[in-house]
Parts: sequence; C-alpha cells; structure tokens
Amino acid sequence: MAIIQAEKLVKAYGLLPVLRGLTLSIERGEFVALLGHNGSGKSTFLRLLTGLTTPTGGHLTIGGWQIPQEIAAVRAQIGLVAHRSLIYEALTAHENLVFFGRLYGLGGRDLDARISDLLGRVGLGKRAHDPVRTFSRGMLQRLSIARALLHDPAVLLFDEPYTGLDQTAMKALDRLLLEAHGGGRTIVMTTHQIDKAVQIAQRAVIIARGVIAYDHRTDQLDAASLAAEYARVNS
Amino acid sequence: MIPAAWAIFQKDLRAEWRSRELLSAMLLFSFLSVFVFSFALELQRDILIAAASGVLWVSVIFAVILGLNRSMAAEREMGNLDAMLLAPIDRSAIFVGKAAANFLFGLIVGVILLPVISLVYNVNLLDLRMVGLVALGTLGLASVGTLLAAMTVQTRAREMLLPIVMLPAILPILLLVVRASNGVLGLTPEEFWVGIPALLIVLDVIYVVMCFLLFSYVLED
Repeated sequence: MAIIQAEKLVKAYGLLPVLRGLTLSIERGEFVALLGHNGSGKSTFLRLLTGLTTPTGGHLTIGGWQIPQEIAAVRAQIGLVAHRSLIYEALTAHENLVFFGRLYGLGGRDLDARISDLLGRVGLGKRAHDPVRTFSRGMLQRLSIARALLHDPAVLLFDEPYTGLDQTAMKALDRLLLEAHGGGRTIVMTTHQIDKAVQIAQRAVIIARGVIAYDHRTDQLDAASLAAEYARVNS
Repeated sequence: MIPAAWAIFQKDLRAEWRSRELLSAMLLFSFLSVFVFSFALELQRDILIAAASGVLWVSVIFAVILGLNRSMAAEREMGNLDAMLLAPIDRSAIFVGKAAANFLFGLIVGVILLPVISLVYNVNLLDLRMVGLVALGTLGLASVGTLLAAMTVQTRAREMLLPIVMLPAILPILLLVVRASNGVLGLTPEEFWVGIPALLIVLDVIYVVMCFLLFSYVLED
C-alpha cells in the first residue's frame, strides 16, 4: 500500500507554476531518490510533503492523512533533513535534541535514553555537550539526522543531504541513510548526485518541468544509463 | 500548547545565556540612546527632566525592535523556524514562547534603564510604579513585535521593515506609557494619568489576544 500518494499535484507561487500536475505513488519502506535540475520542483514537492507549504491543486496524502487538512497527524509521521541543519548553533547537541524532543511530546528518561542512543549512532556521543557552533558541516548533518529520527518517524525526507560534504562525510551519510532505511522507514531524498541515487536508493524518479519525467527501479540501472535518461528528459 | 511554549521560552533563554548576543546589544544600544539624547538636550536640567520619560520609552522601543529582529533572524538563519513548524504543535505555542522571551528581555532592558536615566537626567525613576509601567508597556511591545517580526523575517528588507510596520502599531502604547511616566515624575496632574495603567492593561489584553489569534496565519505560506 502506498504511504505517499500525490495525484495531479499543482503548486504555483503567484503566477509561476512549479509543479504542474505531478502524480507519484511511494510504497511503505521504499527508498526513492528524486532527481532534477534546480527549479524543477524537487524541493517544492518535499516542502509540500512536510506541510510547510500548501498545494495549489490536486491531492496529497501521507499514511492516508490528507495534506493540508490533516497536517498535524502527518507531521508526527515525518522527519526532515534539509541542506540547512535546522539546529540551534548556540545550544549543545544534547540541548538541541532535548528541545526538539519536547516539541514532539517526548520527555523524561525515555527522551534522555533516546538522545544518547541516537548521538551514539551518528557518532556524536563524545560531542554531546559541545556547542553546535564548533561542529563541522558533516557533524551538523549527522546531528540533523539524529534530530529527524528523534520521534521515530515512518517517513524520512532528505533535501539535498550531500551538499557541502567531503568524501568522508558523504560515506558516513551513506551509512546513516542505509541504517535509517533498514528500520523499514520510507525515505525520499532529493539529490543532484546521480551515482548516489543508483547506489543507495531503490527507485530513481526524475522531475522535469514540474511533472514526473522518468521513474525506474535502480536495481536495473547503472549511473551512466540514469545520467543519459537525466540528460534526455531535461533536453 | 503550554509545554511546547515553555520549551521554546527556555530554549530562547538558554541560547541567550550561551551567546549573550541579544541582551548585550539591546543594553548597549539603549545606553547609547540615553547618552546621545542627554547631549542633544544640552544638559539643561529642566529640559532633561521633561524629556526623561520620553527618552526612556524611545530607548526601550528601539532596543526591543533590535532584539526582535535578532531573535527572529536567528530562527530563520539555520532554518530553525521551519524545524519548529514541522513539529506537531499548535503554532500559537511558538508565539507564546517567543513573545514571553522577548518580553523578558525588554523588561530587563527597561528596568536597567531606570537607574541609568535617573543618574544621567537627574530625575527619580526608581519607583515601583515605574517598574509596573515598564512591564505593562513592554508586554504590549513584545506581543505586537513578535507577530510583526514573524511577518517581516520572511522578507529581504526585514531589518528596515520591522520598525516601519511596528512603530505605528505601538503608538497607542507609547502615548499612554509616556503620559503615565510623566505622571509618576510629577509632571502631569494626577487626574490626567491615574486611569492610564488600567487602560494599558486593557490595551495589552487586546494586543496579546489579537496577536495570539493572528500568529498562525502570518506563518502560512
């Protein structure tokens, strides 16, 4: 059964249409990479999934809940890792996670145990009480993943997570993405990295001019053929 | 809503305790205003006394605007406002938490300015009634300011836009607190200001309720 269902989704900013009738269905537990040029509508689609922006037309549901009508129920099911960290630099890693945990209604010993576990999993256990402003870009991204996983969401959304990362940080991110997916979560990731899409995701979807221009499973693909399709649909 | 608002309030205080960016800038700016006005008024005692309450409130208002701009910009810079909006909380909780923190910062600046202005302008503002007026005035400023800062932070010219939209909106508060402050200083006959604190309470209730109800809409896309 589809956990994310978009039907003829339209989003326009003023008179400028960004999504022009996008239809996409994502199964529970799938790992989908969304590719496309800048301005193709990838990030707008992700923002629609989070409820941070509302559709101009069409239907969008997550877990059967309508967006934007039932957005509170949707928000409890999603976690977002954006290219900006969504983290407070003045606070420590632990304080950030305590704050966001409380916004999700978590607290007490359960929250502390969950934070210790997550910080350990993202390799920041020893830096838990350091101010975030001393963290590198890679560490911020890992902390951002811990924040997104805090409330154990069913759907994880990644908006260009590889931006600004070096090779080591990229490898660490690959490991964390696969680990997060291993728990049966649905993952939707926008990226410009065609090789990463083939390597990690189960399905590659190309958005061009506000609609789905290509949709294929990655087990029957290599990076070169996906790059060729990418060039074709964007030509 | 209360636990989320409390968490946001505590987060703002903790972040300020760590960075000390907001209060130090607000205090420095307000001290400079007080001194610049005293020089501009050429240190003439009678003029200074008459101007003291006006200087107090202009300094508080501009310091609060400075703090509001910084406070909301900090939420915007790393996308933290989006992170809060992603949480399954009532958006009004964000207003309550942020407005409470902004009120506290404004109150601290206002209360610290009382002895400073008393010393520089040779007047006696060290009066519990003045502290009460600072609290009532700052409450209105913080609630209107938090709402307007949430609107203007989404624009490119936010630093310019906030004072432009905020100053007309807070004019009724300014008129009332200056008159009441002059009354406390003995510059206005009692019958002209004794009812003003009650009027300020009513105005604060209207502002707080209106801003609380409108806040969710200003965060809409």
